[in-house]
Amino acid sequence: MSTTTQPPATERELRRGSLHRHFPAALLAACAAVVAGILLAFSSFGLVVWGLLTAASYAIVVVAVSAGVEGGRKAKDRLVTTLVYGCFVLAMLPLVSVLWTVLGYGLDRFDGYFLSVSMNGVLPSMDAGGVYHAIVGTLAITGMATLISVPIGVMTAVYLVEYARGRMKKTIMFFVDVMTGIPSIVAGLFVVALWMILFGPGVTNGAAGAISLSVLMIPVVVRSSEEMLRLVPQDLREASYALGVPKWRTITKVVLPTSAAGLTTGIMLAIARVIGETAPLILTAGTSAVAINWNLFDGQMMSLPVFIYAQVRMGGAVNYERAWAAALTLIIVVMLLFFLARMIGRLFAPKAR
Amino acid sequence: MAKRIDVSGLHVYYGDFLAVEDVSMTIEPRSVTAFIGSSGCGKSTFLRTLNRMHEVTPGARAEGKVLLDDMDIYSPDVDPVMVRSEVGMVFQKANPFPTMSIYDNVIAGARLNNKRMKKSEADDLVEESLRGANLWEEVKDRLNKPGSGLSGGQQQRLCIARATAVKPSVLLMDEPCSALDPISTLAVEDLIHKMKEDYTIVIVTHNMQQAARVSDRTAFFNLSAPGKPGKLVEMGETNKIFTRPDKQETENYITGRFG
Amino acid sequence: MTMTDAPEAGTPPRGKRRIGDTVFAGLARGSGILILVILAGVAAFLVIQAWPSLRANTANFFLETGWDPNVRENPSFGVAALAFGTVLAAAIALLLATPVAIGISLFIVFYAPRRLAAVLGYLVDLLAAIPSVVYGLWGIGFLAPQLVPVYSAAARHLGWIPLFAGPASTSARTILTAGIVLAVMVLPIITAMSRDVFHQVPQGHREAALAMGATRWEMIRLAVLPFGRSGIVGGAMLGLGRALGETMAVAMILSPSLAISWNLLQSGNQTIAAHIALQYPEATGYGVSALIAAGLVLFAITLVVNMGARYIVARGSKESR
Repeated sequence: MSTTTQPPATERELRRGSLHRHFPAALLAACAAVVAGILLAFSSFGLVVWGLLTAASYAIVVVAVSAGVEGGRKAKDRLVTTLVYGCFVLAMLPLVSVLWTVLGYGLDRFDGYFLSVSMNGVLPSMDAGGVYHAIVGTLAITGMATLISVPIGVMTAVYLVEYARGRMKKTIMFFVDVMTGIPSIVAGLFVVALWMILFGPGVTNGAAGAISLSVLMIPVVVRSSEEMLRLVPQDLREASYALGVPKWRTITKVVLPTSAAGLTTGIMLAIARVIGETAPLILTAGTSAVAINWNLFDGQMMSLPVFIYAQVRMGGAVNYERAWAAALTLIIVVMLLFFLARMIGRLFAPKAR
Repeated sequence: MAKRIDVSGLHVYYGDFLAVEDVSMTIEPRSVTAFIGSSGCGKSTFLRTLNRMHEVTPGARAEGKVLLDDMDIYSPDVDPVMVRSEVGMVFQKANPFPTMSIYDNVIAGARLNNKRMKKSEADDLVEESLRGANLWEEVKDRLNKPGSGLSGGQQQRLCIARATAVKPSVLLMDEPCSALDPISTLAVEDLIHKMKEDYTIVIVTHNMQQAARVSDRTAFFNLSAPGKPGKLVEMGETNKIFTRPDKQETENYITGRFG
Repeated sequence: MTMTDAPEAGTPPRGKRRIGDTVFAGLARGSGILILVILAGVAAFLVIQAWPSLRANTANFFLETGWDPNVRENPSFGVAALAFGTVLAAAIALLLATPVAIGISLFIVFYAPRRLAAVLGYLVDLLAAIPSVVYGLWGIGFLAPQLVPVYSAAARHLGWIPLFAGPASTSARTILTAGIVLAVMVLPIITAMSRDVFHQVPQGHREAALAMGATRWEMIRLAVLPFGRSGIVGGAMLGLGRALGETMAVAMILSPSLAISWNLLQSGNQTIAAHIALQYPEATGYGVSALIAAGLVLFAITLVVNMGARYIVARGSKESR
């Protein structure tokens, strides 16, 4: 406790007891084995219980041993290290579990038939039917939402990066942020309210769904495009101006092509985000379409996410099977978009910096 | 208090790249040793191996021996954390913790080792460290203000006080004045002069006048060739290095014909 | 479309170019303004369509817990129970997700091997790519059945705490399950924000801590967490905004009832967003208008939370410069 006369420096021990480099790994393996043994002895082996008990026993032992050998500060450091690794593993559990269950249950019904027929004429409890109409609807609605959102989003980003100054710029950037936070159900309600004024109550169609998705998609496109446009070096613009090229030609011929890969990545990620949206489509495109409908402006339109929801609401075993298979279809689409987007971003990104 | 450092056969690598080759030297206690040389010659890299700070950079590793008095700091049972509380460091850019007051900045390191330090002990340690860093008179009335509100030179002296509050025996300084104006530089140089009574001080500097002013011994580092690893060219009494060095290479650098 | 015909051979280039510039700049500016118009439209149309039911409402909209607007006359409905459920579910999600998210960000930035860090970051981002309806399906089809024995054990041993009072739901379709799934969904948002600020901690501060003999955890406590506080808080609030507005996972998992209940192991709550999705197909009379009114409340809450989050993040990044 006499510390103003600190431990005389000459006597401070650099050589402190320390655990072997491989001690944590060995201990973890030992804990896993022992816990497994005990659980098996009581014949109550379960993966989750085993994982939890292993982690807990490892944490306790490593902190206790470290406190004894290495002292309190090191023990605390090891405790935090264990916790931080544990957090990551914990986060991976739902990811693996979701993908695993969707794959496991979804594969039962996931085949060429399921993908190529609609639910037209199929009673909910019949062992038949598929998602073709929902795939059509998802493509049509998401396609229209993309056609609306990309020009508006990219042009707004161009405005923010190339033209806007001062208060106007701040205002738009702020409200784009606000728009990012709109709950998807509110975007659906907005179109419901709008449609009631334009077409009267109870009108549902694909276009309404597409517009509600656009409300969600536009801010995402703006943010990612803005980021990409800012990466284009100022020199390129100046070089173009120096050749006497007007500003708008500079933007369309130099700035946008240079950032094309990044813009594409951003747009694909935005599509991936809205293609799984359900809530707004329940309100705007309806939940009961069973037939193939390519017409965005006439009648209800099914989509993959709404199909999953509608089947779950019906609640029978065969409905759940359809829901899982549709979820597998949706996840495959989303993951493809996600990885393709990242790959385009990686492969074609201009070597910035 | 102050300890001698004996380096023998030290190589420093970044991944597969050999950055500093085969350095051996002795750094005397209670003296100031200056490292000079052109930029990129490995003197800062080498300095960081003296308290194992290079290990913070991913991929960096050192081979060889560094004895602190008689203890090899690279021996496998030595804890780098303890090495760093024994061998303190001051950086090029003053880096007080922005969210902490002046008082908390000074006491931060000492608290790590001694959680239950009494208020009076802590007060004494803060005053002692700040006086040691020639800063006490300037800040004693605003110890609870954030350290980032001080001038650049004051911030650097605050960092020195923070390093000494841990009671190290060696103090490493990596171009501590390169971001300071001449008056602040003078204040830090005065401080270095005063502190060598208690510490072993090693200072990396680009400024040869500074090396001549503050150091007792000087080590000159250079690249053997562009793209090749850095090496220690020669080391000796500062007077001798600056007036009649043994190597032509050193003389070229000192007289400004090179670098 | 005007821009394609701008520079034509044989016409004086200057004047034409000016037109191209004007048109293009106008289109860009128009898009920016259109966003403001859309946002104003969202607020305006919601207010317009909510107004009839709010005027006809015979109960106090903010204090009433019941929901009976599907009539032609004298509707009676309120958001008290819904707002409570919304906040409770989001609070559970945030409480569970924030510490884990901080741990993950620390792991990716300071603990994981450099080469793996980017890949591990992608894995966390993947959590955000899974559609909410799939989370809902997973929650009701997989997670809830797993939680049934856990909940009954909790009710047995922790029943003396009002939050865990028994008997536990036999389907585990409760606010706690919904909160757990919401936590998984907001995890990547909070992680992304705190990861960003942890990356921004100046190397000088980290090295200063290490150089005075701090362990890795002490370095984080001294240099990283104080610096990153605003980012963590901002990220948590963005996550809160997301959790408040999330519809599908809650709508599918929760077995709804309109009460104000603190009990986490029994069904008894409902959130605004899920209520809208469930009630909309059956809404008649003043029903749709009343749901729009509820949506307006949700819009207002998330607006305030999101603006607060942006403000905190912006202030934090200004301070650190």
